[in-house]
Amino acid sequence: MTYHAGHYDVIVIGAGHAGVEAGMAAAKMGAKTLMLTLNLDMVAFMPCNPSLGGPAKGIVIREVDALGGVMAKVIDKTYIQMRMLNTGKGPAVQALRAQADKPLYIKEMKHILENQENLTLRQGMVDQLIIEDGVCKGVLTESKTSYTAETVIVTTGTFMRGKVLMGDLEYESGPNNQRVSIKLSEHLEEIGLDLTRFKTGTPPRVNSHTIDYSKTEIQPGDEEPQSFSYETTEYIADQIPCWLTYTNEFTHQIINDNLTLSAMYSGMKRGTGPRYCPSIEDKIVRFNDKPRHQVFLEPEGRDTEEVYVQGLSTSLPESIQYEIVKSVPGLENAEIMRPGYAIEYDAVVPTQLWPTLETKKIPGLFTAGQINGTSGYEEAAAQGIMAGINAAAKIQGKEPVILDRSQAYIGVLIDDLVTKGTREPYRLLTSRAEYRLLLRHDNADLRLTDIGYELGLISDDRYKQFDEKKQLIEEEKKRLRKITIKPNEAVNQVMAEAGATPLKEAIKAYDLMKRPELSYAFVARMIESHPDLPIDVQEQVGIQIKYEGYIKKAKEQVARMLKMEDKKIPENIDYDKISGIATEAKDKLKKVRPLSVGQASRISGVNPADVSILLVYIEQGNVARIAN
Amino acid sequence: MEVEAIGTDTITAISTPAGEGAIAIVRLSGPEAIAMTTELYKGANLLEVESHTINYGKIVDPITTEIADEVMVSVMRAPRTFTREDVVEINCHGGMVAVNRVLEIILSKGARMAEPGEFTKRAFLNGRIDLSQAEAVMDLIRAKTDKAMSMAVKQMDGRLSGLIRRLRQELLETVAHVEVNIDYPEYDDVEEMSHEVMRTKSKEVHKEIEALLEVANQGKILREGLATAIIGRPNVGKSSLMNTLVQENKAIVTEVPGTTRDIIEEYVNVRGVPLRLVDTAGIRDTEDIVEKIGVERSRQVLKESDLILFVLNYNDILTDEDVKLFEAVHGLEYIVIINKTDLEQNLDLSKVNVLAKGKPIVTTSLIEEEGIVELESAIAKTFFSGDIESSDLTYVSNVRHIQLLKQAKSALEDAMEGIELGMPLDMVQIDVTRTWEILGEIIGDTASDGLINQLFSQFCLGK
Ligand SMILES: Nc1nc2c(ncn2[C@@H]2O[C@H](COP(=O)(O)OP(=O)(O)OP(=O)(O)O)[C@@H](O)[C@H]2O)c(=O)[nH]1
Ligand SMILES: [Mg+2]
Repeated sequence: MTYHAGHYDVIVIGAGHAGVEAGMAAAKMGAKTLMLTLNLDMVAFMPCNPSLGGPAKGIVIREVDALGGVMAKVIDKTYIQMRMLNTGKGPAVQALRAQADKPLYIKEMKHILENQENLTLRQGMVDQLIIEDGVCKGVLTESKTSYTAETVIVTTGTFMRGKVLMGDLEYESGPNNQRVSIKLSEHLEEIGLDLTRFKTGTPPRVNSHTIDYSKTEIQPGDEEPQSFSYETTEYIADQIPCWLTYTNEFTHQIINDNLTLSAMYSGMKRGTGPRYCPSIEDKIVRFNDKPRHQVFLEPEGRDTEEVYVQGLSTSLPESIQYEIVKSVPGLENAEIMRPGYAIEYDAVVPTQLWPTLETKKIPGLFTAGQINGTSGYEEAAAQGIMAGINAAAKIQGKEPVILDRSQAYIGVLIDDLVTKGTREPYRLLTSRAEYRLLLRHDNADLRLTDIGYELGLISDDRYKQFDEKKQLIEEEKKRLRKITIKPNEAVNQVMAEAGATPLKEAIKAYDLMKRPELSYAFVARMIESHPDLPIDVQEQVGIQIKYEGYIKKAKEQVARMLKMEDKKIPENIDYDKISGIATEAKDKLKKVRPLSVGQASRISGVNPADVSILLVYIEQGNVARIAN
Repeated sequence: MEVEAIGTDTITAISTPAGEGAIAIVRLSGPEAIAMTTELYKGANLLEVESHTINYGKIVDPITTEIADEVMVSVMRAPRTFTREDVVEINCHGGMVAVNRVLEIILSKGARMAEPGEFTKRAFLNGRIDLSQAEAVMDLIRAKTDKAMSMAVKQMDGRLSGLIRRLRQELLETVAHVEVNIDYPEYDDVEEMSHEVMRTKSKEVHKEIEALLEVANQGKILREGLATAIIGRPNVGKSSLMNTLVQENKAIVTEVPGTTRDIIEEYVNVRGVPLRLVDTAGIRDTEDIVEKIGVERSRQVLKESDLILFVLNYNDILTDEDVKLFEAVHGLEYIVIINKTDLEQNLDLSKVNVLAKGKPIVTTSLIEEEGIVELESAIAKTFFSGDIESSDLTYVSNVRHIQLLKQAKSALEDAMEGIELGMPLDMVQIDVTRTWEILGEIIGDTASDGLINQLFSQFCLGK
């Protein structure tokens, strides 16, 4: 007998980094939302590294925030350390990274979820989806409880048929020995979704008291206050450092001697692991000429002594892990608290999804996060919020929200996934974004706040502030265009200070700012009177003027891309009817079902001739309609 | 490759097959067609002439002020044209080199090289061709584009594509280095890329591109004709055939089988068909190591050829080696030449007929100078009948290469300017990546995940 426990607009299965954003976004948009998760004490748990952000990923956190997400706010409240990376480089690649307090992060996130209107948080294992006439209508739990729903979002991370591997030890498990989800995975296969097998790994954790930090280098946080969220006003001054040490030839010897014992190298593991997150075994085999590898020691929180040993991800037997750890300077007497392991899991082949993250096969069913073949908390959060938004939008009869590649890293991520798929767990890199100059850390709010506000995910207060900021930027740019700076002693004094060659002719303040060595602050000093602008406005004005040439070029590229993006492919297109498209391209097009000619052109195996033909075919349809 | 939206820009291409002496037409279509032509045309003011008139004048290179060719220019204003856009046709007289020169000047004025079949595509999209013809248009694009793509790559000098591959790899390594500094700022084993390294690398590559363009300007690339290989067993008369066609004694002619040990190239023009003739060493199993190298290379030549002249000996019986050669050329474009008809017949012609599977067979006696006219007309016929479609495409792709090289050069100059201005490397790198992409279009390699792959093979990254 099943018990029907209610009807919801949106059901989110899982409460990891994707799940919480999905649930929050849907609930905030007014959808009656249920979140079902295996273990309520593990909401938004970080099973791997205790950090958020970094290049590309840090920008994603800001984008999620600009759309009204929660990750930025929770980390801003709980971090133990914050650092701005790439400060010596251009503005497009700067990014924040925070060291997280894992237990506190969970606590804070749970608190937010519990207090969110329209959101029900419940513990439970989903075994099955309720499918009626090919449409997803709800879920069924192991305790025979059924919930009906308009839409369901699956965000089960690495739990599906998870298998932990360490040496020759192998057992079914979710990450960190949590319960594994078996039936749901089988069920997804039964209803016709293609699954693939991926793997990832984690290093051992050691007890901080047993580390000799004097043999390592300190890695402190920034003193300057930083935050991910545009709403954050309070900063944590009391920060905890990380520490750096290195492997050495002894470490490498131990690993080489025991390679055959590694779960991965003994060939047991079938899943594909990521190249950018290799195990220490991998690093030593593939780059055997390197005398040492970095090892970062990262505290897992303020109230725990566990320290994450970044750089020693491994699936070697526990006994060998002891030896490896002891070979590293500073860790000679370190006690392992949890050994490292590899985990293998089922992922959904993401080309089965629309760019809204709804599955093509089963309307009403969405998937988001690591289940879609990505890696990383930030990538998960990004998909979560988009799935939540689109699930709610669908039942509310609103237009779907699809970000394009020039709007956000989120757009790059989802477009890559649904258009190209991925053969290894997908990680965002700045190199994946062709318009990264436009996708900056500093302008995530300018890019996306309007969208968040429109959806009801951004408060009126915040939007008002945002609007003011925008105005200030425009006014200041306008003002600088009008002001002429003449060469005189005072001006050239400032020029000299900035390390610039003296001014010889009068120049507009706007044009002077284009010199790489002159920041906004320097130029401002050459002007007699100027408004007292907030730092972020000054920064924005400086960047927009200084890199105007590059930004313009990028925008031209975008305009060209958008032309192709605007050429929509009719939903009912029959590729078999289009003679001339190569068979391989036809197969790919039928599978991916791109929404626009632009998307079609990014599918590997679809060449320019196929795109031309597709274009002609579509235009032909348009011509035919006009003729009728 | 970027796909442009339709009808927004002005496109151009050579719209007649190649052939020296014959009139060649460069066609332009689009809003700027007439204005662009006016800028490089000396004669009546084309902006004012009536539609559908033919005008005599000269095309002048605006930079060198040299006269590129004497021409007849047809001006046809929209909408009463093939594409329903403004169309200009420039009838050139000075042969392929001149016509390519004219095309190049037009491209330098901002016209875009037409994609294969694009004039027809525009005609269709502008409603000039009716719906029932849509399929045909698509087939045309298919056929022409594929051919152009493969031709563009295949017909390129092996050294050129090799060089471009190398330049790309160098750029890619530099870019990957910048990228890794961005994506993994804390990895100390990856040295920070400096402006200095980037400057040196950009300058090096820039210099090589400039050198390439210079060669192109001298018309060397332009004159590259249809790659034509002469093959056959030793002593059948390959070198003699080459000599006859070139009409000068360049290759060594001897009575010892296997004299031609390496490959000899010549450019000839057979009835307006530009050929790059390649004389190969006789293909057969051999112990002689020096010769063996020649044989290996002959097989290579075969792969890269557009047309094969396959020589048999009338005086000799059909051997296993001949049969093997027939197998080797299967699927390729070839003409069978039965040589030495002045000598006694030992060759089984009916067998040859079967093996040739309908390909043209010509009989010659090179010593008596017989059958040469027939051979030349067979070559011309194969060429113009469309069996070998490359004719204009060969040139087109070359002009395309030049155009792309110029774009690559200018992207690299943007990068160099950024370096001098002290722009952050991650900005400069945008232009370097662009250069890499453009060079990729030349050799038909536009895979976008090259960078990501490079990143992970070059550096040891990760947690
Ligand atoms: N009788 C007669 N002899 C010919 C004819 N064509 C070529 N020969 C002779 O055949 C011999 C071989 O000619 P080549 O042109 O060197 O032949 P090949 O096939 O290039 O020979 P390799 O050196 O092996 O490459 C020479 O002595 C030529 O003069 C022909 O039509 N009739
Ligand atoms: Mg010879």
